[in-house]
Amino acid sequence: MDSKKINGQARAPYWSGAGVVEGAWLALPAMPVMAMFGAAFGTFAAQKGLSLIEAALMSALMFAGASQFVAAEIWSDPKTVAGVIALVVITATVNMRFVLIGASLHPWLGGLPARQTYPALAVLTEPGWLIAMRYRDEGGADSAILLGSGIALWLVWIAATVAGYLAGALMTDPARYGIDLVMPIFFVVLLVPLWRGPRPAIPWAVAGAIALIVAEFVSGSWYIIAGTIAGSIAGGFIDERT
Amino acid sequence: MSAPEPLSVSLLAIVALAIATVLMRSVGFWLMAHVPLTARVRRMLEALPGAIVAAIVLPIIAKSGPVAVIAIIAAAAAMILRRNAFLAVAAGMVAAALARYAGI
Repeated sequence: MDSKKINGQARAPYWSGAGVVEGAWLALPAMPVMAMFGAAFGTFAAQKGLSLIEAALMSALMFAGASQFVAAEIWSDPKTVAGVIALVVITATVNMRFVLIGASLHPWLGGLPARQTYPALAVLTEPGWLIAMRYRDEGGADSAILLGSGIALWLVWIAATVAGYLAGALMTDPARYGIDLVMPIFFVVLLVPLWRGPRPAIPWAVAGAIALIVAEFVSGSWYIIAGTIAGSIAGGFIDERT
Repeated sequence: MSAPEPLSVSLLAIVALAIATVLMRSVGFWLMAHVPLTARVRRMLEALPGAIVAAIVLPIIAKSGPVAVIAIIAAAAAMILRRNAFLAVAAGMVAAALARYAGI
């Protein structure tokens, strides 16, 4: 690890097969959490009346927890064209944060060929992204980390969904075990290592406040987008005075 | 639960959701090639992870009440003390289960 930083500068980005394997290793600490969250989705999907195949396909093809929960919530049979359009719009809204996450990877991956970047983007998740950003922060340069951690977490996600679905068919009250709160707990835990003192956290407070206000007055998940954009704009201006 | 419909309909709907998701994952990265990365844009991107988490979590806490607050505090405290995500999430869930068991 000592050669990763040269004079405080991150090394030039590259892509290697060994990086895929290293990425999978780096993802290990995130796997139990991913498994719990995936199992929670499986349980939730079972209780919303989705079939096992539908739940597993959602996890395999979408691989985006928050939007899967929302999609399962409003999943209905039989499906109409309007219903599917509504599902797509809501899914895109919940996942709009990936636009910003993907953008944040550009300074690192921007110079690499598309075949090395877009597959990694297809399996991009918050935990995978946070793992990769920490790796980059420590001076790492191998962009294959992102693909490796993404694929590893994807496999855990699918397996956990199936396991959770089967268990969920037996579970009567998931709230009793705190399963309904897995998502916020998980996100806050991810936030702890990002703490850099109160000043850099001002955008977090702005984001939270705006999200609370928008959630109060606007239905749907727009509050996530509104809060995130407000926090990000606050971050853009906050360092101006220092 | 209503009568099962052909899997092909569900599959089409899920594929549509998957396309929407992949598009969201790719478009930000693609856009950055066409938008200059100024110092301000860089700071905005740096503020993102915390902003996203705060925007998702705070409204959920507000909706879920004291049990969520207790669970989040337990999880954050465990994470600060031990830096172990698995332990911290488990602590949060145990705290939530205990709080509900206690009737909070």
